[in-house]
Parts: sequence; C-alpha cells; structure tokens
Amino acid sequence: MSSYSITEPSARQKWVAGSLVIAYAVITLLPLVWILTTGFKSPNDAIAYPPKVVFEPSLEGYVNLFTTRTRVTPEQLEALPPPATWYEEIVRDRDMVIAGPSRYGERFLNSVIIGFGSTFLSVFLGTLAAYAFSRFKVPLKDDLLFFILSTRMMPPIAVAIPIFLMFRTLGLSDTHLGMILLYTAVNISLAVWLLKGFIDEIPREYEEAALIDGYTRFQAFYKVVLPQAATGIASTAIFCLIFSWNEYAFAVLLTSGTAQTAPPFIPTIIGVGGQDWPAVAAGATLFLVPVMVFTVLLRKHLLRGITFGAVRK
Amino acid sequence: MAEIVIRNLRKEFGDFTAVQSSSFKIEDGEFFMLLGPSGCGKTTTLRMIAGLELPTSGEIYIDGEEVGQKPASKRDIAFVFQMFALYPHMNVRKNISYPLISQGMPKSQVKEKVGEVSRILGIEDILDRPVGGLSGGDRQRVALGRAIVRDPKAFMMDEPLGALDAEFRERMAEELRALHDRMNATTVYVTHDQLEAMQMGDKIVVMNHGVIEQFGTPQDIYDKPASMFVADFIGSPSMNFLRFHGEVHAGSSSVQMHHEDLAFPMLQEPFEGDMVFGIRPEHISLTDNAGFRSEVLAAEYLGTTQIVTLRSASGELKARIPSDKKVRAGEHVGLDFNGSTVTLFDNQSGRALRSSLNEGVLAHG
Repeated sequence: MSSYSITEPSARQKWVAGSLVIAYAVITLLPLVWILTTGFKSPNDAIAYPPKVVFEPSLEGYVNLFTTRTRVTPEQLEALPPPATWYEEIVRDRDMVIAGPSRYGERFLNSVIIGFGSTFLSVFLGTLAAYAFSRFKVPLKDDLLFFILSTRMMPPIAVAIPIFLMFRTLGLSDTHLGMILLYTAVNISLAVWLLKGFIDEIPREYEEAALIDGYTRFQAFYKVVLPQAATGIASTAIFCLIFSWNEYAFAVLLTSGTAQTAPPFIPTIIGVGGQDWPAVAAGATLFLVPVMVFTVLLRKHLLRGITFGAVRK
Repeated sequence: MAEIVIRNLRKEFGDFTAVQSSSFKIEDGEFFMLLGPSGCGKTTTLRMIAGLELPTSGEIYIDGEEVGQKPASKRDIAFVFQMFALYPHMNVRKNISYPLISQGMPKSQVKEKVGEVSRILGIEDILDRPVGGLSGGDRQRVALGRAIVRDPKAFMMDEPLGALDAEFRERMAEELRALHDRMNATTVYVTHDQLEAMQMGDKIVVMNHGVIEQFGTPQDIYDKPASMFVADFIGSPSMNFLRFHGEVHAGSSSVQMHHEDLAFPMLQEPFEGDMVFGIRPEHISLTDNAGFRSEVLAAEYLGTTQIVTLRSASGELKARIPSDKKVRAGEHVGLDFNGSTVTLFDNQSGRALRSSLNEGVLAHG
C-alpha cells in the first residue's frame, strides 16, 4: 500500500468530512431531540429556563394528549374511589379527573387514511401515466407533460380560495375523499415526472422480450416493468407521503371535524388546559413515527432513487 | 418451422421512410442474414417480422399465414436482442422458462424442457444464478435458451454477437451456426458485419437507405455484386473501382484504359457515359511485363497474403497477393487483372451492368 492515493481521502480529509457531517447532524437533529424530550417532561420542566437537560421523565404529556380532563375540588377528589390505572393517578396528582378520550386518535387516523390514500392514488395514477408517456406516441405529449408540470409552478396555497369554493359547492369540504383528491392533485405532477424518468431508463427490450414470449402489453407492464420500476415507485411514494402527511395550510382551511388531519389539530392542544407543551410535543413525536418507519422501510430504494441515472451503466 | 415471405413491406416513421417496399423470401430452415450499415432499415425489417413494429403497408407471411398486423405474442417467433434483454429480476431458470409459463405449460413439463435446453447450451450449472453476474457469453446462451425453449416457428436475432468481446464472438458464431444446423430452424439474423454475414448465412439481403440492394447467397453477393454499394460494403479490403468514360456495346468484352486493353465478362447491354471497372483485390496480380503500370505505396503483411496499396493513373488500388512475393514501396510494377471476375458499373446510379458473369443473379435481384 502506498501512503499516497488520489482516490482515497487522506486522514485529515476524513476528519474534516466527519466533523462536518456531525455538525450538520447536530443542527438538524437538535429540534427533534428537543421535541422528543419535551414530550417526556413535566409542564414545569418544559418551560424551565435555562432548559433542563437532565429531568425526571414523566408520561403526563402523553396522558394529556390522549385525554380530556376536568378540574375538581380537593373535597370531590377525596370522595372518589382510588385511581384504577396509572394514568388516572397522574391526572389526579394535578387535581383533575379524566373526562374522556381526546380527538388525537381520530385525527391521527385521518392523517393515515388521507396521507396513505393520496400517496397510493398518486403513485398508481402516476405510474400508469408515466408508462404511457414513456412508451407510447401520445398526441401533444410535450405539451401535456408541461401542463402537468405547470401545476407546480406556483405554491398550491395560491389557489386556496378557488379550491375552497369548489370544495364547498361539491360538498367535498371536510371529507376524506376531498382531501385525498386534493393531495393527489398536488402530488401527481411530481409522481408523473419522477416516474417517467425511472421508466425511461428501463430498456424497452425487456417488455418487447415479454411480448415475444407470449405476454400481453399489460402483462409485460406489470410483470416486467413494474418490478424494475420498484425503486422509482418507492422513492416517489416517500416524497408523496411526506407532502400529504405534513400538509398544513389546506388542512386548516378545508377540514375542521370529520376529516381533520393531525397537523391542524396538534396546535389546538395548547388551548385546552393552559399551555400544555409536553402534550404538544408528545403529539408531534407520535406524528413523526409513521413517515419515519415508512422511510426506513424503503430507504434502500430511496437512496438508489436519488442517485438513479447519475452514472451511466 | 416455417418459411417467411415478405411482400412490398414498407415502414415510415413520420416523414422518414425506414424501409421502402421490400420483398424477399426466406426458405424453411434457412439461416438468413439482413446486412447493411446502421440506419439502413435492417433492424426495422426484423422488428416488423417479429411484430414489435407494425408495417405501414405490405404483407408478412409466416408459414403461409399473413401476420403483418398481428401482435408479437400471436406470431410464435422468438427474438434474441442485441443487449440480450434477460429479465433482470429473475434467475436463469426463470428467464428460460418464462415463455413456457405464458402458454400455461404444466410445471413438470417446463422443468423438463428447461433441463433439455440447458443441456444443449451447456448452462446447467448456472440455472439458479441471477442473470446480473453472468459473463457476456453466458448471457448470450441464456438468451438463446429463452428463444429455443418454446420451439417457435422462427428465430429473429438482432446483432446478437454485437455486445460480445471479439474473442467470444468467434466462438458464439460457431455455436450459433451449430445450433442452427442441429435444430434446422428458420433464422433471420441482423448484422452490420459483412464477415459475420458471409461466414454464417445461407442467404444474405444487403440493405441500404431502406432499399434492398441485393438478395442472394454469400458467394453470389461477393462475386457478382448488383451495385457499387454492395461491392464496396462486402469484402475487406473492398472492391477496387477504376473510373473511366466511354462507350460499350452489348457483346463487347474489353475496354481501353490508358492505352491498355482491360477484359471483362461479355456485356449484355450497351452503355455510354461514366463507368466503373470493379475488381476485387485478390484478382489483381503483380507482373513485370503487364502494360498497366502502377507504383507500390505500401504493403501490409497478413500472414499467408499481403495487401499491396498501389497508385495507378486511374487512382489508388489494393491488391491481395501471396506474401512470399517481395514488394518494396516506391517500386514500379505492372498489374494483371483477372478479367472473368470483373463487374462494370454505371457510375451515376451505381448499378451493375448485365454481363455473362452476373446475368442470372441480377434477374431476381
């Protein structure tokens, strides 16, 4: 081994690169750590200044997130039977009793239905459209592709008022279907363009071989093209999910009850029993989990997806 | 197996005509070469026979049945792609069995068939490997396996050796030819390599700019080219062209060039104007007493023969002569042409003039 190489980084370069990565990780992860720890703090610790790094962990935030509570007088508290569960105990320590479940569970479920529903629809329609654009002679192909892309040329919220009026007329306001359609409409341009790139890279010969081997065009599509587009489909799905999962503005505007998603709901927790930061943080922490799991599951594909086509084989 | 008849086949892509009204017939069991430079329409022709491209007009008969507008899956032919197009998400065994599965063949029978084919091709030990890591030769064999496993009516091959290294190519060419002889399957093979076409083909169609220039056996195409394009494209080094102006009559068999009589096979048509005297390098010999003089520019040693580049009053020539004859650059030598092998061409159209040499060939060219 020679001590000098033009491709292997030197020890110093490695050290510098490593430090930069660590610094970047600290900057981006710190807010997440903050949210995560705040969720486990007591309300007093959460607003302590200077912030407490070491604190006594408490599940109060999580209990408050999932419950609604009523304040009672010490006499009334005395009169009650002893708490049956650990979370009742936490609540009673604050001179309160549990009045019922909160809406967080429902809102979370709405997010799952709307987020994954619109992701599925975007990817499903996007794959079919991208395949057609990639393989067939579509009249006005370039104009159509530009038209699809042009829906991205302004912030979606710029058309909030027309959409609001449209939804009201069509009875789509505050419905799951309405939100799925809306997020699909926003995501579909990304899906079509991204997937078209992936499908363009799959040589036509594979489908042609399948056609020759006695399969129909559709069989060739789902047996030969789809498995090879898996990378593209996975990374497109992640991007679509991240958008519809995190979307806030339209959710605030168009949903209030039945179909309200978690993002507009979480801030409303603040108002319920004073400024309950641990509950807000707990809601945010749980809200991060699905996208994180989804991304981790598909991360191999995602990494390949981002660098796909960068190197000519 | 089947014979394939192509009648007035034409393909246009927008304003561009890829194939202009081709007609030819491929006999049952023939190894048939579509030869030409890139962009000449040979691959488009092959893809139309296979059903991957629909013709703008014309008919394709496979085994007597008109299939021109039928989808590929209904034509019962196999196709070997230049880049092999093995399904990357399947292993070798699945790749080979895929055409059988589409027909709904029972599993035990599929297994038997795949085993038989892999024995023929010598790929039994790689059946369970993914196709990603295979060498070029093995990929080629797997692609062939996928083609032959189904006993199709005909094989289409699109430059199947093009993606292989030179050393492998030779061996695969032999294997291919041996496989063809064993199965006796009608094969249509596209190549731009004239050596490959000559070496392997029973019949060759030479195409240029979407037009069939000549159709015949390798010998006929080499010895009796129908056009200057064919004469130039086939053979390495290619045919020598000596341009001259003059007049020839039906029945004449020599022409005067630089005060020397040069013989050629007896013409069957008159011509007046710019002509080309075409002679293959191996039909030129160097003799001191011949009247047609030239100067040696260079000699390339090729083992048993050598290629001598010469400058004459009619331009540069290449001669292929035995390598034991000593030639030095700068030397002046006489050239002797073997007149019975000469073809005269119309310089303007490139068409060969009819003579006693090529009359039978040009008639159906």
